Amino acid sequence: MSILAAGRAVRLRRRTVVTALLGALVVALFLLALVVGDRIYGLADVLRVVLGQDVPGASFTVGRLRLPRAILAVLIGAAFGMAGTLFQTMLRNPLASPDILGIGYGSSAAAVVAIGFFGAQGATVSVVAVVAGLAVAFLLYALSWRGGVQGSRLVLIGIALGTVLLAVIQWVLTRIEVYKAAEALRWLSGSLSSAFWGDLPPLALAMAVLTPAAFVLSRRLSVLQLGDDAAAALGVRPNSTRLLLVLVAVGLISVATAAAGPVAFVAFLAGPIAGRLLPGASLLLPAAFVGAILVLGADLVGSNLLFTTFPVGVVTGAIGAPYLLWLIARSNRNGGRL
Amino acid sequence: MTVHRSLVTEALTVGYDDRVVVQELTLAIPAGRISVIVGANACGKSTLLRAMARLLPPRSGAVLLDGRSIAERPTREVAKILGLLPQTPVAPDDIAVADLVARGRYPHRSFLRPWTQEDEAAVAEALRMTDVLDLADRSVDELSGGQRQRVWIAMALAQGTDVLLLDEPTTFLDVAHQIEVLDLLTDLNRQKGTTIVMVLHDLNLAARYADELFAVKDGRLYLSGAPADVVTAPMVRDVFGMDARIVADDVSGTPLVLPIGRHHSRV
Repeated sequence: MSILAAGRAVRLRRRTVVTALLGALVVALFLLALVVGDRIYGLADVLRVVLGQDVPGASFTVGRLRLPRAILAVLIGAAFGMAGTLFQTMLRNPLASPDILGIGYGSSAAAVVAIGFFGAQGATVSVVAVVAGLAVAFLLYALSWRGGVQGSRLVLIGIALGTVLLAVIQWVLTRIEVYKAAEALRWLSGSLSSAFWGDLPPLALAMAVLTPAAFVLSRRLSVLQLGDDAAAALGVRPNSTRLLLVLVAVGLISVATAAAGPVAFVAFLAGPIAGRLLPGASLLLPAAFVGAILVLGADLVGSNLLFTTFPVGVVTGAIGAPYLLWLIARSNRNGGRL
Repeated sequence: MTVHRSLVTEALTVGYDDRVVVQELTLAIPAGRISVIVGANACGKSTLLRAMARLLPPRSGAVLLDGRSIAERPTREVAKILGLLPQTPVAPDDIAVADLVARGRYPHRSFLRPWTQEDEAAVAEALRMTDVLDLADRSVDELSGGQRQRVWIAMALAQGTDVLLLDEPTTFLDVAHQIEVLDLLTDLNRQKGTTIVMVLHDLNLAARYADELFAVKDGRLYLSGAPADVVTAPMVRDVFGMDARIVADDVSGTPLVLPIGRHHSRV
């Protein structure tokens, strides 16, 4: 029994240490994002701004521009990371993240239509995006249902749906006035450049509800992972649990997409990276941290390190695409098993 | 410690989509004994077991646990009384043996009640009984088929139920490991009084290990009783569609089925 407790303690310590390091990296990148930019401010000035003191110059640049942008990056990164790992774990398939499945594109397509054809703005667009994300998720679920949902069928139908939705977005962009197209383009690749304080409360509020729900459900998910029959025998109802998981994960992905557009591949990458660092552990919290790290890091790179500034989604896309190709190449070698 | 539970099906009819698989089947599982369900492929024996574990809703009739319909009781409450090891459970990637077995404690835990001494003791006891304590920190992916099956049984034991259902617990195992698993389940039954119900393919092993044998044909109960009364040449012909000679098993004294195929016959 002491052997058992000792082994558990070793695994727990490793998980705690790695998760804490990931959390520390989030904080470090967050502060770096406040310090670095066209003009560099000292850490002391930045911290004083964060604490609400008035620092000439820094108060505007850091307080009004960089701080909301960095907070937005952390929130959407965490939301994408959690949503991705919930889907991937539930469907036992690394390809089954909501961005690959076209759910993010559902939000984008609806937002672009609302902006382009109906002149919608602000909160209306966000609500439309969230509702459309949910609608696409349920369409996907219904199309893949054959007395149960099988991972690879869902992935294939999801990719097809995503492609259709992408075509819708591009068609709309060719139809609408140029000034509207500029706003709609934000929905094509994720960007933090228009972040301002007003964006944050609805996102933060939605995440304050969805995040605890995700953590409560992740306990049931850990049982659902054992297969439907084993889960049902342990007192977890597979279908209603999956429905709740889909609602929470799509909610997370949609509110994040509504705030910053579909930041490519963050949902897709966060879970597998966390899984490499913490094999066999519950990945929800580490994946949230990895998601935040990816978005903060990609935005830092995209706005400072390259020859010109790139939106964050372009940088994460450049990281994610090779991983996607590698996964597909590997599945070819495994005889099609994804 | 173990409470004797009554598990009964009453005119149970179960099916998938438009196909009826189990028809008006009535049986009573003897408490504190080992029951084995046998029958030809696709006769409905696994479906019966899954319905008894509330995994499939009855079309008509009912499964009664302690006299109350299992479908109407809270599923978490049932999970503390009755466990099921499915035919092909899925092990999450890279999970350690002790962590997998710990998931069997799910029905006893809640968000506000984290890991307790009782949970720890149940997991340790389950690992010890199945002789996988030494493997506790290993990844399930690295184990052999026999070890893996013992780990799954450990998970079901950690659930701490008075009734344990197992769907073909010996499939994919060689004969030595089959005996090992069945001996282990017998230990569990004799030492703790756990009621065991399992589906087995091998009629000879079923006859050896069962206290009560249920022969199912076309979704109906054909015959039940002690193995010596159930395993007869006419039963094997009717239920399995095969001629056979029944002799006494020199080792156990239970009936032994010698199948008669089209070749090899000296009679």
